[in-house]
This record gives sequence, structure tokens and C-alpha cells, in this order.
Amino acid sequence: MKFSEQWLRTWVNPALDSVALSEQLSMAGLEVDGIEPVAEAFSGVVVGEVVKCWQHPDADKLQVTEVNVGTDELATIVCGAPNCRQGLKVAVATVGAVLPGDFKIKKAKLRGQPSHGMLCSSSELGLSDDHDGIIELPLDAPVGMDYREYLDLNDVVLDVDLTPNRADCLGLRGIAREVGVLNRLEVTEPEIKEVPAVHDEDRAVVLDAPAACPRYLGRVIRNVNVNVSSPLWLQERLRRSGIRSIDPVVDITNYVLLELGHPMHAFDNDKLEGAVHVRMAKPEEKLTLLDGNEVTLQNDVLVIADEQKPLAMAGVFGGEGSGVTENTTNVFLESAFFSPDAIAGRARRFGLHTDASHRYERGVDPELQRTAMERATALLLEICGGEAGPIVEAVSVEHLPEAAHVTLRAERLERVLGISIATEEVTEILQRLGFVVITTDSGWNVTVPTFRFDISIEEDLIEEVARIYGYHRIQAAAPAAQLRMIPRQEAQLTATGMKRTLIDRGYQEAITYSFVDPKHQAMLFDETAALTLPFPISVEMSSMRVSLWPGLIGAVAHNQKRQQQSLAFCETGLRFLPDETAENGVVQQPMIAGVRAGKAYPEHWSDGERAVDFYDIKGDVEALLALTGAAHEFRFVADQYPALHPGQSAAIFRGDKRVGYIGAVHPQFEKKLGLNGRTFVFELEQNAIAKRTVPQAQPISKYPSIRRDLAIVVKDSIAAGEIFAAIENIGVNHLVDLNLFDVYQGTGMAEGHRSLALSLTLQHAERTLEDNEINAAVKTVVEMLTSEFGATLRE
Amino acid sequence: MALSDIVAAAEAAVAQATTPQELDAVRVEYMGKKGQLTEQLKSLGKLSPEERPAAGQAINEAKQRVQELINARNNELKQAELAQKLAAERIDVSLPGRRAQVGGFHPVTKTIQRIEAFFGDLGFRTVEGPEVEDDFHNFDALNIPANHPARADHDTFYFTPTTMLRTQTSGVQIRTMEHEQPPLRIISPGRVYRNDYDQTHTPMFHQVEGLMVDTDVSFTQLKGILEDFLVNFFEEELEVRFRPSYFPFTEPSAEVDVRRKDGKWLEVLGCGMVHPSVLQAVGIDSEKYTGFAFGMGVERLTMLRYGVNDLRAFFENDVRFLKQFN
Repeated sequence: MKFSEQWLRTWVNPALDSVALSEQLSMAGLEVDGIEPVAEAFSGVVVGEVVKCWQHPDADKLQVTEVNVGTDELATIVCGAPNCRQGLKVAVATVGAVLPGDFKIKKAKLRGQPSHGMLCSSSELGLSDDHDGIIELPLDAPVGMDYREYLDLNDVVLDVDLTPNRADCLGLRGIAREVGVLNRLEVTEPEIKEVPAVHDEDRAVVLDAPAACPRYLGRVIRNVNVNVSSPLWLQERLRRSGIRSIDPVVDITNYVLLELGHPMHAFDNDKLEGAVHVRMAKPEEKLTLLDGNEVTLQNDVLVIADEQKPLAMAGVFGGEGSGVTENTTNVFLESAFFSPDAIAGRARRFGLHTDASHRYERGVDPELQRTAMERATALLLEICGGEAGPIVEAVSVEHLPEAAHVTLRAERLERVLGISIATEEVTEILQRLGFVVITTDSGWNVTVPTFRFDISIEEDLIEEVARIYGYHRIQAAAPAAQLRMIPRQEAQLTATGMKRTLIDRGYQEAITYSFVDPKHQAMLFDETAALTLPFPISVEMSSMRVSLWPGLIGAVAHNQKRQQQSLAFCETGLRFLPDETAENGVVQQPMIAGVRAGKAYPEHWSDGERAVDFYDIKGDVEALLALTGAAHEFRFVADQYPALHPGQSAAIFRGDKRVGYIGAVHPQFEKKLGLNGRTFVFELEQNAIAKRTVPQAQPISKYPSIRRDLAIVVKDSIAAGEIFAAIENIGVNHLVDLNLFDVYQGTGMAEGHRSLALSLTLQHAERTLEDNEINAAVKTVVEMLTSEFGATLRE
Repeated sequence: MALSDIVAAAEAAVAQATTPQELDAVRVEYMGKKGQLTEQLKSLGKLSPEERPAAGQAINEAKQRVQELINARNNELKQAELAQKLAAERIDVSLPGRRAQVGGFHPVTKTIQRIEAFFGDLGFRTVEGPEVEDDFHNFDALNIPANHPARADHDTFYFTPTTMLRTQTSGVQIRTMEHEQPPLRIISPGRVYRNDYDQTHTPMFHQVEGLMVDTDVSFTQLKGILEDFLVNFFEEELEVRFRPSYFPFTEPSAEVDVRRKDGKWLEVLGCGMVHPSVLQAVGIDSEKYTGFAFGMGVERLTMLRYGVNDLRAFFENDVRFLKQFN
């Protein structure tokens, strides 16, 4: 809600400057978002009168004028505006004037004719974007008067960002009332008199949906001249509230909307047939709106109709066929109360949002319709002439909102706020707000005036009391509660702990959007359907991620474009897998993922450098798995995955369950994803590594351990992991550690074979192992490797 | 040769030895089985019994003397050798060390961790909720029925008319209270989504929701805990003000502003007393219990804390930006 401060001060005029007044409103919950001057800075502009006006001898489009600016001499001014004519009252920038943009007016010659000043348009004064010629002032404008003074331009616009509950302040009347309450000042309302009927033409009104519209007032006003301009003062007030002047009828309904907070509508009475019906739309009923768009209505949309056709979407938007045009002579004015429930959400459904719908869906004062009607009638007669008929009021009293009676208990007030406020002060606050208050033993019985339709329960009153009492006067206190510890399970691993492990290994945590480019996602995960946002920010942000990889790969690409080559990112967060059986049709699964590209470690003077490879990122994953204390339960199994290099990818299993993937991004996607070089990724379900076993200590053997190394030759198609698993499975006696310390392939090795060097570490808990026990254990292993894998011992 | 001459010669020989080998040759020359001093001892038998003790003692003293000289020289030589070895092993200690890459948490995560720590110490449990949410948890149960104007203010990303990306973490309040009775103290950090993208809005950002419900929770306590939090979060005695506002799920409601160094007030969080309709919707007796709730924008707090000017930097993940927080 934007409005002129001066206008407000005609209602209530506290001894506060603009800034202090704004601060006061903000601290009462009516947040002032801005204080802007109503006009840009300019000076030296006065009211003038064009005394003479003739064609410029050497220019078709220019005229030469003599203008009375209230001084002894007439000013000669050349003007190019088509509406410049003799007798016009104008805004004149005199020599020495400074216009917005620091534009100085000097004596000049235009096509040989001297010009001492300029006749101004609204846009030249920064008052509007209106370029349609120079300003035409009323004939009674006093010649010589400073234009700023004449238009009261030394004023500011206050922009109040109202919360949805304070629709009562969507008009000057409400704001003024609030200022009055805060400053303990009387509010002077503009005098609104009943306009007597001078003819008896009327139009019947039928409330077919009385719950949605319990009150509707209509009035026929004949012989209006809609082709006059709205008076300057009215245009200016509208302008200062950010509303353009359209025609006098629209301007007047808009003015009433700003002044009283009550929307109105005007119909061309000659286009209406029979009685006006306020009814629900028929299914599939069509209506062409004032903007020319045809909409198809549903039966929960309230319409204003006559006996033949729908006329307007009630409380939202007028219809094209029934609106006031320049040919209108007879007007039918509407002033109605629509229930918020009947209006709320309807405008949005049709992509509309109007000043009327904004108010009606939040609520208007159900007792204000007649006042608004009288106000609009008086303004219409004053500006457009015409003759008012009688007001026809259709009302369904039983459907009108009743005045709310709310009880406020002193005990509850104190309990919720935590402070005790004196009974007299509470009573006084409630009375200042315009409530009718009866004090009882336990509190207050309050009757709420109809203009505070937002108040219906005890908490509403508590808030009002606190707000007017002042939040700053409510002291702060430490909360009191019973001390209870929060359960902390040692076996539970947190996402933070997982990330810390990766961070310690050089990863930077990234946070990427949960919606990604569907093109990238479809490339990497062609078998997975993703959840799609119907109305995304952009197509590139429209697909809910089925993996954290697209975001992390995007982060790598973003950095590589900025000369950052060695990168390691990790992220935790949800992935979204559509699943009709899940809550809301989607499995939202916490994942942890990482990506690495570039060098394996920072360049150092003593070492060579090396590009990151599969085993670097696998080591990182192994460090994560080790957090569970059950690393041996996990297996890396070579697997194909669309996103990954077919020869450098693995599924990660815990037992029989696949819980993640690891590998190099498939080289065919690198370029398409903006990647520069080999990039390695992994992703794991957080839940698969979220539990660790709480340690149970085992005694440490005091006896020496024995290491035996074995170099075996096997076909290179045999995975080392299978050999490890086989050795673990046969249960070698006293084996405490098994390690692979060399892999060799090449010269001296048969084609398709490789050598693996294993170390077996054996130890007994209670004694030193004998040679024959050790030899037997090694023999078991060698025999198994020979029979299972065709291994031979390397010489 | 007189004993004293032998000792003098030995002394000179020891001093001239420059390696352990040379020194050992000197030892053999004088102290070995056929060494000069050993020979002297052998010649004792030629002396009379009366002369022997004195002569023996003199020879032993000479031997002891020479041995001491040898030991001392040996020490010197070892020291010199060690010094030479150490000198050869000298390195340039100013060369850079072998550094592992250093990573770090995202600044938004750091802020969330700090918030969790402050409230966790006061017994607020961290709970999380789903990001694809239904209209009951995101709106209805929070006293925002269908067609409520507040819904239009949320710029919601809908999937269907009843499912959406959550616009606020407040839904976690509902999910918690559906299953638990007071006393309740929770905070809930997480991602939230609004269909808005410009200099000061990203379509995804983070909130931390807080909720305390107990028998005597009051607005004074809400003020107390949030002032306490802000002073501790920013680690300065900054000015804080509570300004009346409106949220459908709290009443009375407030927005909280802090005064920045330039004197301007900046909104940092919203809060209020839990609306009785919200408690009733989850089966908590609003006569018996009262509560407060608050919600804060993590990015806003992070920007203020660390002097970040562009909100969008948080989601670009430029390592040069992120590493500043390591």
C-alpha cells in the first residue's frame, strides 16, 4: 500500500517527521518499505498562461507563444507540443529553472526565434512517463505560483508492506486509524454525506449465492459525462499511490478503493438487461474480461450477471461487454461485500491479481458498502455531472459476518507474553483500538468492530495488546526447562562425520541445486525417470536429481573453466527417485557423493606429479567404509553403469545389497558435460554406512607375528578381490593380516598373465608359532590358489 | 728409553693421529701385546723385589695416562666425524613441506553446525524432514489453508496441486509434533525452495527452524533465547529488535532485526508463539502447553557473519570462494 504522506496527514497529523512516522508504523507491524519523494527535484517551474500562440515561421511543428508567468513581462517561448494553444494554463520552466537530470533552462533560439523558457510535459518534470504533450492545468490555476507548491509536491510516498492479516489497512482510512491509535489522536474522516436520489430509476439485485455475497448495493446514475478529465488533485493522489489515471469513472472507483479500502465497480447501465444477479458461475460458462481475454469459469467462481449473461468476475475483474466506455452516459455503480472464501484463490487461478481481488480475498469491512457508494456517487456527480438514483440494497443478514465477541483472560495474557501488564493499560489499549471492552474478574470481554475483521480468537487480542504495548517493552528472559540429555548413539554415524573424513582427505564440501539439467541427467542415468518440476526457474533447473553426480560434475566443470584444475568435491543430500508406493510418490534418499579430477596430490618439488586415478578415489571410499568398523563387509564388483567408463567402474556392495557406485565418468560424456579430462566419482547411500559397531576390546597377542610373502602368477582376468575373498573364506589358521604389495605385468610374464605379491601375517594369541604350523598355513593357501585359480608360484 | 720419554712420544703420536685407524695404530704401538709400555711391564721381572712396586706403579700410571690420551683423542675424532657427517646431511629447511590437499566444509554448513551447537547445548535436538512435501505439512497444518493469501506469497514449486518442494522447514515442526508430546525442543536445518531467482534470491536456500513447546513457554523467553543466540552467533553485543509481524502459524509473531555497522536494521529471522490452531492440528492441548517457533535464513546469517556479498556464490561452488572458509 503506497500513499501520500500529506494525504494521510489530512486525516491524522502526529507531531512526527516522515522518518519517525515510518519507524512508528514499522514497529507496530505495518512495515514501511520505502519513503520516496513524490516528485524528482526541480525548481523554477511556475504556473503560466499562454496569452498568444502562433505558428513558427520556419518550422511546421513548432509554435511561438507569449506566456504570462506572473511577472511584468510576458515570456516568449517556442513550444513543439501539439496541444499548445492560446488560453491554456501551463507549467512553465522559466529561465534559470533546473529540471530533473540537472537540466538547466537558459535563453535559447529555436530556428531563429528566441525562446526564454520551456512549457513542460509531465515526463519532463519526472512526474510520469506521459509524453502526450504539455501539462494542461485547470483554468483556476493561479498564474505565477510555484508549481511544486501548486501541486503540493513537497511530499513523500510511504510504501507500507502489509501482512495478509492487516487488510483493514489497505486504505487510507485504516492506516489513519492505526496512526491515531499509536499517537492517541482523533482521526478526522472525510465527511461523506448521503446523496439524495433525483430520479427513481433503479435496477433490481438478486443474491443467488448469499453466503458468497451477503450484501450488494447498486445505483443508477444517469447522464454522466465520462469524457472529462479527472481533477488534478485526484490524479495526483492516485499517482502517488502508483495508480495511473484512466478515465474519471475508473479513477473515482480507484480513489474510493485507496481512501476507504473498499473496491467498487461501475457498469454501463445501458448494457445491462433486467435484474442483476450475484450467482455462482455455471459450469463451463464463458466470460470475456476487460483485458479482452475470454475465460472459462467453474461453478465455484462468483459472477455478477444480468438476466441474460455474466457481466463480471465478482470481486476480481470486470467484463468487457458491460464496462464503462467513452460512449457511456448512464452508469450502474456496484458496492458489495463478498466473502473472502468466495474470492480467495480465484484470481490466481486465472493468472489475475487486481487491487479488488487483493482486498476481497483478505477481507473488507462488511459495514462499509453504503459509505463507499455515497462517496463514489458524490465524486461522480462532482466530476462527471449526472443524476443519482436511489440505492438498491440486497442483503442477507444471516450470511453477514457477525461482530466477533472474544474473551481475553488475564492469566492467559500473562502466560503467553511472560509479563504482567496492568489491567487498566490493557483496557486502554483495547479501547484505543476501537474495541468495545467489558472488564471482568478474570479478564476482558471484547466486541470487535467490523473493520477489524482479522480479530476472532484470544491470541489475536494478545497480539494486539503486545503490539500496542510495544514489543520493546517486553523484557527478555532465559527459557526454563527440565534438564534432559539428548540421546546420542555412539553407533550412529552422522553425515557431518562422513564429510569430515573426506574433508580430511582434501575434499571441499559443495552444495549444489537439487534440480539439475534434464539433458545431463538423462545422459548419465538413461534408465532412471526423474521427477520434473512443471514450472521451473529454467529448463536447466527442472529435473529433480536422481544422483548427486550431475551437480558435482557441474561444480568441477565450473571450476575448470576458471583455471582450477585439481578438484575434489563432496556433497551430502537427498536424491529423488519417483516411486508410487512411497510417501508423496517419491523416495527421498540421503546420499554421500564425491568427485575428483586433475592431480592426485599438490605438486611438490621432491616428487613427480600424477593424475588422480581410480585407486585414489577408491581409497577415499575405503576410508569412509572403514568408519563403520566393518569394512570387510563391503565389496567392489566390476560393473557397467551408463554414466561410467565400462572398464573403470564398480558397484559397491554391502553383503548382497548394492549401496553405491564408483568409477571414471564415461569419456564420451566428458565434453558434453564440460569436463576437462578424466573425472572420477562415487556415490553411496548414507544409510549403508550410517551405523558402526561399538568396539569390544580384544587382548593383544604378546607373541611375535610372522610374515610370509607369496608371489603368484594368475590370468589377468582374475580379479584380485576374488583371490582375497577366497583366502579369507578358507579360514587360514592364525592369519591376522593379508596384504597385496605388488602387481606385475609385462616382460617375463606370459601373455594375459600377471604376478601378484601377497604377504600373509600369522600370529597366535597365546604362544609363538612353530615353523611347521606356518608352513602348513602357507601350503593351504598355495594349494587353494592353484586349484581354484590355476595359480603358479613365481620363481 | 725412559718411561717419561715413552709417554712423551705416545702423547705426540696421539696428537698426530687424525683418523680412528691411525689412533688405533698408536694404541697398538704403545699398549698392544708388544707395545712399548707392555714391554716395560714385561721388564719388571728384571728388577729387584724392592724396586718392583714403585716401577710397576709408574708404568701403570704411564699406561693409564696414555689410555686417557687415546680416549680423549678418540672422542675428539668421533665428534669431528659426526660433525662432518651432520654437515653433509644439512638440508634447506625453508623448502616447502609435503602438503596434503586441505578441504573444508561449505560456509552454509559451518553456519548450520554453529547454530546446532548453540541450541544443542540447550537441549534442542536436530531433526530433519523430507524436501518433497505435501500441502498438509507445508501449509494446512501450519494454519495456511487452501486459498490463504500467504500461499501466494510463497512462490511454491508445485509438482501436483498437493505436492511441492517445501517452502519452509516449518513442516518439520508438524512431523515432529505428530509423533511426540511436549516437552519438545527441536531445531531443523535444511534446504527450502522458492520459485524466485535474482540478485537477492536463489530458488534453493537453507533455513533453520526452531521449536520449543512446554507448559510455560512465553514470549519473553522467545526474546531471551534469540537475543542470546544472535549475540553469540555474531560474537558481539549487537542491537536486536523485535518487530510485530504476521505468520499464519504463530501469534503473536515478530520479525527480528539486527542493527548493522552502517546503522541500518536488517531482518535476520522470523518468530512467534505457536498458534493454538497448529497445536490443535497435531493433537497437543493448547491450553496446557504453549510454545515458540522461529525460522532463520542460513545464507543471510552466513553473509553477515563472513562478509559475503553475493548470495549466488554459495551455489556456484568456486573453490577459490569455498577455500576461504577452510
